[in-house]
Amino acid sequence: MKTFLEKHFGKLWMGLGYLFLYLPLIFMIVFSFNGTRQDAVFTGFSLRWYEALAQDTKIVNGFWLSLQVAAISGLVSATLGMFCAFVLVRYRRFPGRTIFSGMVNAPLVMPEVVIGLSLLLMMVGAQKFLGWPQRGMLTIIFGHTLLGMAYATVVIQSRLLEVNRSIEEAAMDLGALPHQVFFLITLPNIYQSLLAAFLLAFTLSFDDVVIAEFLSGPGVNTLPQVIFGYARRGINPTIYAAATLLITTVTVAIIGYSIWVARQARQRRREIAAAARAGLKALRRGASPEAMLAGSGGVIGQ
Amino acid sequence: MPGRRFVIGVPYFWLILFFLLPFLILLYISFVDMGNDIHPFKSLWDAQTGELKLKYANYSSLFRSGEDGELFETMYVEAYLRSLWYALCTAVLCLLMGYPFAYFLARSAPSVRPALLMMVMLPFWTSFLLRVYAWKGILADQGVLNQGLMFLGLSAEPIQLLYTDVSMLVGMSYVYLPFMVLPLYANLVKLDVRLLEAARDLGASPWTVFWLITVPLSRAGIIAGFMLVFIPCVGEFVIPSLLGGPENLMIGRVVWDEMFISNNWPRATALAVLMIAVIVIPLAIYYYYFNGAAAEPENES
Repeated sequence: MKTFLEKHFGKLWMGLGYLFLYLPLIFMIVFSFNGTRQDAVFTGFSLRWYEALAQDTKIVNGFWLSLQVAAISGLVSATLGMFCAFVLVRYRRFPGRTIFSGMVNAPLVMPEVVIGLSLLLMMVGAQKFLGWPQRGMLTIIFGHTLLGMAYATVVIQSRLLEVNRSIEEAAMDLGALPHQVFFLITLPNIYQSLLAAFLLAFTLSFDDVVIAEFLSGPGVNTLPQVIFGYARRGINPTIYAAATLLITTVTVAIIGYSIWVARQARQRRREIAAAARAGLKALRRGASPEAMLAGSGGVIGQ
Repeated sequence: MPGRRFVIGVPYFWLILFFLLPFLILLYISFVDMGNDIHPFKSLWDAQTGELKLKYANYSSLFRSGEDGELFETMYVEAYLRSLWYALCTAVLCLLMGYPFAYFLARSAPSVRPALLMMVMLPFWTSFLLRVYAWKGILADQGVLNQGLMFLGLSAEPIQLLYTDVSMLVGMSYVYLPFMVLPLYANLVKLDVRLLEAARDLGASPWTVFWLITVPLSRAGIIAGFMLVFIPCVGEFVIPSLLGGPENLMIGRVVWDEMFISNNWPRATALAVLMIAVIVIPLAIYYYYFNGAAAEPENES
């Protein structure tokens, strides 16, 4: 029941929307190849800003620091997020549950400035009384993990809610120990969400400038901090070059990831179809429907 | 059961250490006296007399400058109001742009929908800071937009866009548009098309159908998207630093300046505590509405 206007207005509106979303990205890619520092006129193709980027030790060092911080805080966030998700989904009743769920979710709505400031005050206090930790990489990791685990929890929690608990119960009935159930049944069922949680926490950390500005020490600057410092000073096409490399990496990674997910889904459909065929064959040979379902290896049941 | 205690204990300990404790320290400092350069704040208890000295002046001075100043006429109140105003404008702009966008996205062919959705998400995964920075180059006096306008003869001289309300709102609605589109899309894609068809069959015009059926049914998505844009916008720090001028000062920046430039820790923390209060109030309204919407039997299909 689409009218003529709706059809074309819709395409136009979406086209403009995507143009708005992609204009800055296109702008940075084009001007990263510009021959001069000028920002409005393309004066000829050149790779000089990429050379400048490779020689800029501040950016290169910041990149490695950010990569380490993001990898570590991503891993810790995904692990702690898994704990939090388990607690919230599986343990409906324990003392202090309301406070717990409040604390898990609060960083999602807390302004980053407040998170950064309150952690800074604690780190300063801890340094005064314990002499540890020195402000630097470790304190940034603490800050990013607080934010990352809140997001990781949301991602893992939504997956964990979907997991069919009767499979775990069946494994326990068959004598599996709790840790066996976890590693053999639960973990394979949620590992995709763990990966997604890691990637989200990694991205948040790799992107964050506010918390890092509060928690970093002298001489320790993550890539966003270096870029933020340059950006406040004015136009610098070296940043466009860095942006272009980042955009390319992210695009390739996302396309690769979606191909992988699609392939997995297709393989799963094939398995289900094969199981159904095997079950039907068994049924024709006179097996009971229950045996047929069991023969499908539980794939249909999920 | 020791396993259960371990699973609850690990994240609990972490959250108390890195969330609750820092917050309590923040709250504590907001009630004490300012110190000197070496000790930025004084103790709440007087060491000699053991007297408790709560200093509410950290808060009251945010609302009144000096003894005889007008109430609510301080730079802090102004910065709060400005932050709320920008957040509100951004949320409205995102809704105006994002609602039709999400609507047509939900009505697009199912085969292209995942790709279209991925294209909304993709900028979100690339650096937020870099995307904001790009607007600085686009909106500058000698930037692409002004050059384009002058080339087309629409303007004789560069229009000041950067460091104004225009650049602030463009930057903020640009960054937060996906946060509006995604919840709206998730809501609109579930909309029962048969309801719209029934209304059309009974003689309603497309506009009537839209206002009487589509919009009320997507209320939960509108509220969710609005909050997802509004709340982070209030505390925005990076966008005003890059795209705003001195007149576009927002509260996040004020906290920073009090902390690191004035070195007034008690005032910075009082500002931060008040900032949380400013965020919590709309959130409470959101939960009130959200639970109200969830209680309504609207998914009967």
